[in-house]
Amino acid sequence: MRTISIQRENGSSVAILAVPVDEVGAHERADFFTKRSIKKDSKLTALYMALSMCDLTTLEGSDTPGRIQQMCAKARYPVPPDLIAPYLLKKNLRPIPSVAAVCVYPSMVPVAVKALAGSGIGIASVATAFPSGQAPLEVKIEDTRFAVEKGATEIDMVINRGAFLSGRYQEVFDEIVEIKRACSSAGNEAHLKVILETGELGSFDRVRLASDIAIEAGADFIKTSTGKITPAATLPVTLIMLQAIADHYKRTGKKVGMKPAGGIRTSKQAIHYLCMVKETLGADWLTPGLFRFGASALVNDLLKQIYKELTGQYYYDKVFSLD
Amino acid sequence: MHTTQQNKIKATETNTAMGPNETFEYAPSIESTDIVKIAPKNKLFINGKFIEPTSGKYFPTINPATEEKISEIADANAADVDKAVKAARKAYTNVWSKLSGKERGRYLFRIARIIQERAREFAVLETLDNGKPIRESRDIDIPLVAAHFFYYAGWADKLHYAVPGSGLKQPKPLGVVAQIIPWNFPLLMAAWKIAPALACGNTVVLKPAESTSLSCLLLAEVLQEAGLPDGVVNIVTGAGETGAALVSHPDINKIAFTGSTDVGRLILKSVANTDKKLTLELGGKSAHIIYEDAAIDQAVEGVINGIYFNQGHVCCAGSRLLLEESIADTFVDKLKLRMEKLRVGNPLDKNTDIGAINSAEEHQKIKRLIDTGKTEGGEYYEPSSLTLPAKGYFHKPCFFNKVSSAFTLSRVEVFGPVLAISTFRTTQEAIMKANDTPYGLAAGVWSEKGSKIHKTAQGLKAGVIWANTFNKFDPTSPFGGYFESGFGREGGRHGLLPYLEV
Repeated sequence: MRTISIQRENGSSVAILAVPVDEVGAHERADFFTKRSIKKDSKLTALYMALSMCDLTTLEGSDTPGRIQQMCAKARYPVPPDLIAPYLLKKNLRPIPSVAAVCVYPSMVPVAVKALAGSGIGIASVATAFPSGQAPLEVKIEDTRFAVEKGATEIDMVINRGAFLSGRYQEVFDEIVEIKRACSSAGNEAHLKVILETGELGSFDRVRLASDIAIEAGADFIKTSTGKITPAATLPVTLIMLQAIADHYKRTGKKVGMKPAGGIRTSKQAIHYLCMVKETLGADWLTPGLFRFGASALVNDLLKQIYKELTGQYYYDKVFSLD
Repeated sequence: MHTTQQNKIKATETNTAMGPNETFEYAPSIESTDIVKIAPKNKLFINGKFIEPTSGKYFPTINPATEEKISEIADANAADVDKAVKAARKAYTNVWSKLSGKERGRYLFRIARIIQERAREFAVLETLDNGKPIRESRDIDIPLVAAHFFYYAGWADKLHYAVPGSGLKQPKPLGVVAQIIPWNFPLLMAAWKIAPALACGNTVVLKPAESTSLSCLLLAEVLQEAGLPDGVVNIVTGAGETGAALVSHPDINKIAFTGSTDVGRLILKSVANTDKKLTLELGGKSAHIIYEDAAIDQAVEGVINGIYFNQGHVCCAGSRLLLEESIADTFVDKLKLRMEKLRVGNPLDKNTDIGAINSAEEHQKIKRLIDTGKTEGGEYYEPSSLTLPAKGYFHKPCFFNKVSSAFTLSRVEVFGPVLAISTFRTTQEAIMKANDTPYGLAAGVWSEKGSKIHKTAQGLKAGVIWANTFNKFDPTSPFGGYFESGFGREGGRHGLLPYLEV
């Protein structure tokens, strides 16, 4: 089988096996998780869990400090506590969790830091000339450093797809290593999520190879998509990445996280993902420390379903704030 | 106050709801059984009506998941069988053989549509009586049943295209057909048998397996609802004696049997010196070959589906796993991990992957063969995380690693969730080992290299060969075996030929 030889900075080399993927089989297996029937207690658990795993995201050219502040308020209290507290009390449930992190452009990091002070909510920033990644490495490093120095706790970088698709795997690897280094700046240490942009890679074989390269280069998380192109996250693509994580864990005992992003809008979809993680990697991965949803519309659908589980009826949509 | 609580959540870092289900275990999601109405006594279906058995005798049918009696089934004796054959003969002579193909097709289309409309009822009933998971009866069995009727409905007026050289002349049906089916896919096997027989213009006497008659009797209701002329399909329930009376009846023209090789042998002997035509679909010990260049994660799924689908009660189950030596350990490790995630339990739970073994006898047989396997050697494995319900005939999925071709488990059909694993080094050895069996029903080959798949497939002696998948069924695809797996094909154009005078 084909192996990709990668040189590390210290001169040692690592052979990455190009693991083949059967696309038909992968789709079939991913479809299986949509057949899981999650009801009652387990549904409520899943909804809470999914909410606590959301990276509430806005990545628009039109983002302003005001918009970021609004989103951060939503991140802290996805729903006004008073609205739901009586129902929680009745069922002896803890408050609705806040989301795991917000995800913004580097320029907006200072706004988010201020807005989320003391909340414990993570601040993720896309960097490395997101979403295209078409900038010189120096610029990408500087982009990353800026975000980390301003207080980002997580960096979502994009891989160099141009290099990857033309077979320059060493370059892809080296860039991730450099950005990982830039994640430790000014005494801050940010987690690194590596976006493969699977919708541009063309095959599951390549998704798998890109996952393995990213993991080998030191990614804390691997992430499907920027959300800027379709297809973004899908169940089968995420499955392939989870399997790369599983194999790495088996080899090294190290747990890498996973973040599907883009296109996950409904609670039902989110629950399918949770089932897939549970049955592919195990319950250990069902924590915001190892699994995230990159989404924004999802949050309100989760709230809507939580409300339904608590009260037995749907509230009309307008009750939950848009941001 | 609210902020303190929020902070507390962050501190524990497990943002899950309080309550009994903190770790996201799947809560039971049980399919309701309200939709099925089961009579306390189920009569025979002869000449379009439900009638008492001559002997007045009934036997119980058991829900294998609870060991409780569901209902009672009429025990047909030779006199009942004779009535059924006479009704079928009359219907053949007076009605069915005179209808055009188009008219016959119309009935089959109608039956298919009613099955689709009543799919949930069929699925629940099948799961209650057979023990298979509702997910499988709902998503696989019943949709395939409807698909078979639809498919053969389409052939009914095109038979001259099916038989080469018949020109515009319609090929002739055989007459009255006796059909005996097993308990592993009760309704699906009925559809495999009835649909092509009727499409070709034959009439039918069908005997379901004694432990799984209910869905076939519900099918009888559907046939009434579809207005199928009386006597075109008759259903006689009972055990071996009923079957023996049916195959030895002098006025049947053909026997189609699916079941064990032992019974197949008896039937083959019984038709000697008669002009009855015969097709047999018998046991199997199918090989699943995994090359080192296969897509391993998907191959693991294929193996799981190959042997643990329907509790392993599948004649073409991939019960022998042949692994290329270089990947054997990795593969077995992955297989173990995957097996830990299988969910064994209440078949009506929508999240159950493996249901109940169909009967106490089959359960005993599986246990006995596993005991034999343990005395012969090989490394036994069953997932430690699984617990079985206290009641019901449940069995853990399991395998024996490093078995020799000489071991019982490499040669004898278990018909349960038991896999025998061995290794090979070259394509030649893989083919040799795969063919080292008295059976020849199915095989699977996994490799990302097309030429290797073709080379291997050419060497395999099996009726069905799947490449990079397993246990895929479709009405358009012929199915059947070599050697002790029987002869004749069901499904596809080939499935018409055994029901036609050609």
